Amino acid sequence: MKCWDPRIEEMPRDDIRKLQYRLLKTLVYRLYSFSPFYHDRMRAAGVHPDDIRTLGDIRRLPFMVKNDLRDNYPDRIFVAGQEDLVRYHVSSGTTGKPTVVGYTQNDLNNWTASLARGLSSCGLGRGDVLQVSYGYGLFTGGLGLHYGAERIGTTVLPTSVGNTERQIELMQDLHTTAIACTPSYLLHIGEVAEKMGISIKNDTNLRIGILGAEPWSETMKTRIEEWLGIKAYNIYGTSELSGPMFCECTEQKGFHVWADLAYVEILDPGSGEQLPPGEQGEMVITMLQKEALPMIRFRIGDITSYDDEVCGCGRTHPRVHRISGRVDDMLIIRGINVFPSQIEYALMAIPEVGQHFMIEVDRKGALDDMLVKVEVRKEAFSDKITDLMAIRKNVEHRLRNTLNVAVNVELVDPGSLPRFEGKAKRVIDRRKI
Amino acid sequence: MEREKFIIRQISVFSENKPGRLAAIAKALQEEEINILAFSIAEADGFGVVRALVDKPRKAYEKLSGIGFNVAFTDVIAVQMKDIPGGLYEIARILGEGMINIEYCYAYSGKDAAVLILRVDDVDAAISTIMKGGGTLLESSLFQ
Repeated sequence: MKCWDPRIEEMPRDDIRKLQYRLLKTLVYRLYSFSPFYHDRMRAAGVHPDDIRTLGDIRRLPFMVKNDLRDNYPDRIFVAGQEDLVRYHVSSGTTGKPTVVGYTQNDLNNWTASLARGLSSCGLGRGDVLQVSYGYGLFTGGLGLHYGAERIGTTVLPTSVGNTERQIELMQDLHTTAIACTPSYLLHIGEVAEKMGISIKNDTNLRIGILGAEPWSETMKTRIEEWLGIKAYNIYGTSELSGPMFCECTEQKGFHVWADLAYVEILDPGSGEQLPPGEQGEMVITMLQKEALPMIRFRIGDITSYDDEVCGCGRTHPRVHRISGRVDDMLIIRGINVFPSQIEYALMAIPEVGQHFMIEVDRKGALDDMLVKVEVRKEAFSDKITDLMAIRKNVEHRLRNTLNVAVNVELVDPGSLPRFEGKAKRVIDRRKI
Repeated sequence: MEREKFIIRQISVFSENKPGRLAAIAKALQEEEINILAFSIAEADGFGVVRALVDKPRKAYEKLSGIGFNVAFTDVIAVQMKDIPGGLYEIARILGEGMINIEYCYAYSGKDAAVLILRVDDVDAAISTIMKGGGTLLESSLFQ
């Protein structure tokens, strides 16, 4: 498909590398001068901006992790003042504290440009109607896709999540040609449509799915494409990178990571050394142009591999393959990242239940279903069913508030949940994706 | 106080709703030679509460707690009912007229009469109301 910005998207490899080096050098000098947080990190790692003499020297820079944002809540590692920010997004952190991402106007422009390129690369443009069924609000999915699609002249239908029957009616009435949502939600839409007597394949104009925010397999892609009669494209991002950022092109061989915006490394989880194309490792991303919240060598925790060949579509930027796993115990429930540590943190504040818990995840129909089992403390046990129901409701409510996703809670006998010595395995994930 | 003798200690046991839980409770009571005089199970979504009148409540409490159950004592009262049509109505009417709210109750039909076990919001008021209304309360010593 046609490039949105051919000068960048088809830039010769050598020029890309030169551009990346120049951007990295500028970024490192800027952070060393203006970010006390990163200045200290560099000092501790014994590296000075002058030491960055080639693009490969990025290896000398210290990593950032999600907890750096939590530990500096809400905005202590921002490199822009509030007066220069035009937006905040907030996502849940690894414990009770959320993480806040701030954006300057340039940050929003680059985010929008990244998606304008990505959405064009999978065939969207003027004349298309994109139904954005990612959540709008603090979550980055809805607004990110929204601005990206508007930028390329696509008509946006901002349905956000939920109210599936209405989504399907609007899809028919307004002739939606593309939808952006999680792959599991699209399957759910397909199922609900069938119950309404509507075939997505035959009775709608839908031809493209921009699917992400949760892991999905090639098998699931094939199922979606065959059943719904659409092309299913993978989209990737996290709030720290801005939001959904990188999208597959019509070649469907991995998402293009725009090299003027981001530098991707795949590292050997053991040695931390950079791995060559094709080898699976931990993905680390440096955002080369972010202003408000620069992310350098950000360890997202996803495991994948990359491909550095020039793509069949003509774009010269590297492609990253489907995420195959995590380096930690993070779960993705209906597109929302959930860390077991968040649950532990939330339970600590509820005296009626113990701190032991187990998480069981299933896929009911097409949607994720998370059950958290907790023990009722002796002191909190009451003969009254209503009291016990209230305890359960309270736990469900608190977990929902902490995780931003609905959770079912089951009360179990004290002492009945497994105790762990060393690394706890509190998750039973029965989903087949 | 005179009314004390009518207050019966029921044991309430939290139980997950899965096969074998009631058997585990019953087995533990058998091992301690504890006799169950009446019992009921209240069920909610995913869990339940087993309520029982036993002849040795303290011993039952210790045994069940010892093997990991959540156990509590709850004060209940027992009222004798005539084992004929209208027997329940007679008692329920007295309580209703006395504005006593029943949280839950269960019954058994014994050799001599039927017995209604009641958990009410105000035990003292319930005892007075039943006595005034001509109902027959059973003393806890009959059970324990």
